Amino acid sequence: MSLTRQDVEKIARLARLSITEEEMPVYVTSLSSIVNFVDELARVQTDQVEPMAHPLDGQQQRLRADVVSESDHHEKYQTNAPEVQAGLYVVPRVIE
Amino acid sequence: MLHTLSIAELGRLLSAKEISSIDLTHHFLARIERLNPALNALITLTGDAALAAAALADARRARGENGPLLGIPLIHKDIFCTDGVRTSCGSRMLDNFVAPYDATVVARLKADGAVMLGKANMDEFAMGSSNETSYYGPVRNPWDTTKVPGGSSGGSAAATAARLAPFATGTDTGGSIRQPAALTGVTGVKPTYGRVSRFGMIAFASSLDQAGVFAHSAADAALVLQSMAGFDPRDSTSIDAPVPDYAATLNAPLAGLKIGLLREFFEGLEARNSALIHDALKIYRELGATTVEVSLPHLPMSVPTYYVVAPAECSSNLSRFDGVRYGYRCKNPKDLLDLYTRSRGEGFGAEVKRRIMTGTYVLSAGYFDAYYLKAQKVRRLITDDFRAAFTQADLLIGPTTPTPAFAIGAKIDDPVTMYLNDIYTIGANLAGLPGLSLPCGYVDELPMGLQLIGPHFSEAKLLNAAHLYQGATDWHRQAPRGYES
Repeated sequence: MSLTRQDVEKIARLARLSITEEEMPVYVTSLSSIVNFVDELARVQTDQVEPMAHPLDGQQQRLRADVVSESDHHEKYQTNAPEVQAGLYVVPRVIE
Repeated sequence: MLHTLSIAELGRLLSAKEISSIDLTHHFLARIERLNPALNALITLTGDAALAAAALADARRARGENGPLLGIPLIHKDIFCTDGVRTSCGSRMLDNFVAPYDATVVARLKADGAVMLGKANMDEFAMGSSNETSYYGPVRNPWDTTKVPGGSSGGSAAATAARLAPFATGTDTGGSIRQPAALTGVTGVKPTYGRVSRFGMIAFASSLDQAGVFAHSAADAALVLQSMAGFDPRDSTSIDAPVPDYAATLNAPLAGLKIGLLREFFEGLEARNSALIHDALKIYRELGATTVEVSLPHLPMSVPTYYVVAPAECSSNLSRFDGVRYGYRCKNPKDLLDLYTRSRGEGFGAEVKRRIMTGTYVLSAGYFDAYYLKAQKVRRLITDDFRAAFTQADLLIGPTTPTPAFAIGAKIDDPVTMYLNDIYTIGANLAGLPGLSLPCGYVDELPMGLQLIGPHFSEAKLLNAAHLYQGATDWHRQAPRGYES
């Protein structure tokens, strides 16, 4: 299956990625070739096969006691933030 | 010639006070300064912190402490968070990111006294098989600097091969330890999924990612894995099971060991590569093992399966990079959507964006069943094939890669050709199995890898089988020209 420019634009929009004019034809070609490649999977007979999400199938999700185990590090973590005010992350205005 | 010694030999010199960790650290820092510029294997050097850590290790030894890694230098792949040190994951997105905590792997090695020299270059977010997708430029293979070192842990592999450290950490999602280990002539171990904590290891594909080690021998790797492995409550898929003493069984006799030869690995294999594997099998037969041919009929589907599952998981994992809390933020965003899309569009490189979009596509409405769910079903068939093979054989042997290291630039414009380079390694990740690559000879004067794959939690057996092979051969002791002395 071949993807169109419109397909790739839609995928980029869903993925929240800006794609430049120069990049676009490269992605149309390479994503088409990848989709063609993974289309091979359709040839495998998988009726009655349970999907496998995790390599260690039988493993149970662990639970832990609901007690505080971490202390507050927000000041340290926010040293990596592009913009912070009063301990809050700053983004462009969302509500007019 | 400290860089030619094993970790055990260095440990003896340290405990006999014939050398100090400070001496050892100076030795490797000097090698890095001299040799790294031609390789681009390290992208962050932490010399001052290394000397401070070495002094601490020497003080611990002076107090009577002793441990196999106490005072031994290492290099961390830049995917592991290191408190107070830039952790870039090979990406512009994290070029300015200083990790606020240590990954569990980093913390464990630090607690055992290993001394970090710096951080290794890597494919961006571990997505690549040649180390050409790094924001910091390609790593060069010390055996031939016009060739790639493999990827994604290419910096760790090249640094280990060039003897810039006794060992290095890596991660393996589809072959990212074993493939570069093969292409640079070192020993690389990818443990069972869940054996080593993923906490603080920047996520690519969470059901496949596993941390491991590059070393100069299986015996060295055993000492390092001993420190790295074990339960971590901070990783929800970490396995709560005791870690065996890997060094204790390195010399266990191989008499009666059943080695499975994967028919699918040998079909179409180049004659010179095949001959190296058969030479290795001869050594294993002399060590008392027997061989049996086994088949994994769904294995040829492992690459397309992987290139649905891994991009799907990556598109979810990498949605956290939004230009808000950390990482790259675009200039002058006009609104929130613009901030998201341009920060991501400018912060991620071409291959990462390609994988995010592949993953977004296979998870999108209308395609989920045909691609993602289908791939998860084929993943089970591949896993069942391995399970069946392990009823006939104790471990499986084959090549690590189809060819030796290829030229920088040769495959970067053709993603599917690049993806097929991982054809022999991906199966173990899909099934969560441990795998090991060790040097077994040369094709065109470039090193080739022999791959061992075992059942879940069989690291001790893989290290044992690799160690006895290395007792009968000296491929692992051969360094690239210009890096021996």
